[in-house]
Amino acid sequence: MTRRGKAASTPMQRRVFLKLATGCGAAATVALQGCATAGGRSSASSGKVVVIGGGYGGATAAKYIRMWSDGGIDVMLVEPNPAFVSCPMSNLVVGGSRDLAFLTVGYDNLPQRHGVKMIHDTATAVDVDKRTVRLASGGLLDYDRLILSPGIDFMWDQVAGLDNADAQATILHAWKAGPQTTALRRQLEAMPDGGVYALSIPVAPFRCPPGPYERACQVAWYFKRAKPKSKVLILDGNGDVTSKAALFRTAWAGEYKGIVEYRANHVLADVDAATRTAKFDVQDDVRADVLNVVPPQRAGAIARSAGVVTANDRWCDVDFRTFESVKVKNVHVLGDAIQVAPGMPKSGHMANQHAKVCAAAVVALLSGQPPNPAPVLANTCYSMVTDKDSIHVCSIHQWDTDKKTVLPVPGSGGLSSAMSELEGTYAFAWARNIWADTLA
Amino acid sequence: MRLSKSIATALLALAAAAAAARAPDPNLARDLAATCTTCHGTNGVSQGGTANLAGMNRDAMIRTMQDFKSGTRPATIMHQLAKGYTDEQIALIAGWFATQKAAR
Repeated sequence: MTRRGKAASTPMQRRVFLKLATGCGAAATVALQGCATAGGRSSASSGKVVVIGGGYGGATAAKYIRMWSDGGIDVMLVEPNPAFVSCPMSNLVVGGSRDLAFLTVGYDNLPQRHGVKMIHDTATAVDVDKRTVRLASGGLLDYDRLILSPGIDFMWDQVAGLDNADAQATILHAWKAGPQTTALRRQLEAMPDGGVYALSIPVAPFRCPPGPYERACQVAWYFKRAKPKSKVLILDGNGDVTSKAALFRTAWAGEYKGIVEYRANHVLADVDAATRTAKFDVQDDVRADVLNVVPPQRAGAIARSAGVVTANDRWCDVDFRTFESVKVKNVHVLGDAIQVAPGMPKSGHMANQHAKVCAAAVVALLSGQPPNPAPVLANTCYSMVTDKDSIHVCSIHQWDTDKKTVLPVPGSGGLSSAMSELEGTYAFAWARNIWADTLA
Repeated sequence: MRLSKSIATALLALAAAAAAARAPDPNLARDLAATCTTCHGTNGVSQGGTANLAGMNRDAMIRTMQDFKSGTRPATIMHQLAKGYTDEQIALIAGWFATQKAAR
């Protein structure tokens, strides 16, 4: 699934090669498979779209642009990983009730069913004037519209002691699903009973607001069964639990009584990786047997290269009718990387919804039509409290003409009344359906 | 008061024309339905565990959504989501799913 054997070509040759491949003449090339639905259909839409990032936002955008343009728009999806690994549900792997294979979905359906051209490579730079994307292998892609769904980068410079690879190999984040997820699981398995697992949470906003509290539940679920003398210590940079607070507190006081301890206002300043000690601006140091640090976050680096990082030097402001950058024409941004609208969480579900609004707008714009003037987005987020029981938060966001943004509809949305096994079955159904809607 | 049949017909035609003028986006129903498909499957074809919406009878879907909205139909989550849509949006969504090919 890589582009081996082409390494000797010059950038100019590569660009020509990619342009030829775009016309489906190079069906035998490994990286640019697809075109299954491209031929023979007439469509008002045409043009070239490059999508950077094959997560919930980017993969959905790639699929839906192909679907909604009837195969008329050429879509290239640039993603370095050979397969998609879901962050949602990954805390079950940390807790030990599921394995990484459960979270892993291949990219094969995007080229085979939808004619998306998969390019397993890393985008290293964007030239927004020439409308080109530079790849790590040296290739160059040109676009009519560029969609960035780069996810998050960690701001290692914000936590002294974690700004080097050695420390990062010991003090894990496991906030991007994959090798870190299983590595954190191994640290918990190796920890002796009676030990302390400490989880540092950054000041909001960060990817997946309820995610850290769900992780605390999953580790507590494991300890309760396998290491009952052990403790889960939540060191929250925020003043209170930032999502589903009452529901999580109920679990910690009930199901996980005596295991979970929550401490607010713990803004991490420094880490001594050798002794697994967390140091704070104000509070006392905490030494843990397993120290898990979710660092502060910002939009993925390629957003910086494209010049679309406009909010606090961290996130990308977009027009919510199109998800086009407010600053750079023809560049759209999706998912966790954006500066969110009021009440909009940084979630995988939301990224999938961003992608559909963006896909509809891109298909319209590339066929000379105005985009939908009043987009609607939904969010549904389940958190697993045990291996079977779940709680949710949900919301509907509608375009507000006066405020020129999307806002939660008053009186709609809400939370579970209590955790339940029924909602656990819905959580797994949610996962099956969003993985297929995004990737199949 | 009873309207004559011809006046009623003329009024209906006017209303239809006004509605057409207000709905310039032919893809509005598709875009609204896409807010459902993250959980209910692409084009409403569910992968299991959620209702199949593809090919569902339009009136039945409108009734179900209105029952969620009013709270007469119990739910874990749909009563909260249904309240986020206007009646017009629910009708558009139901109309769109009714035209989709049902799952085999």
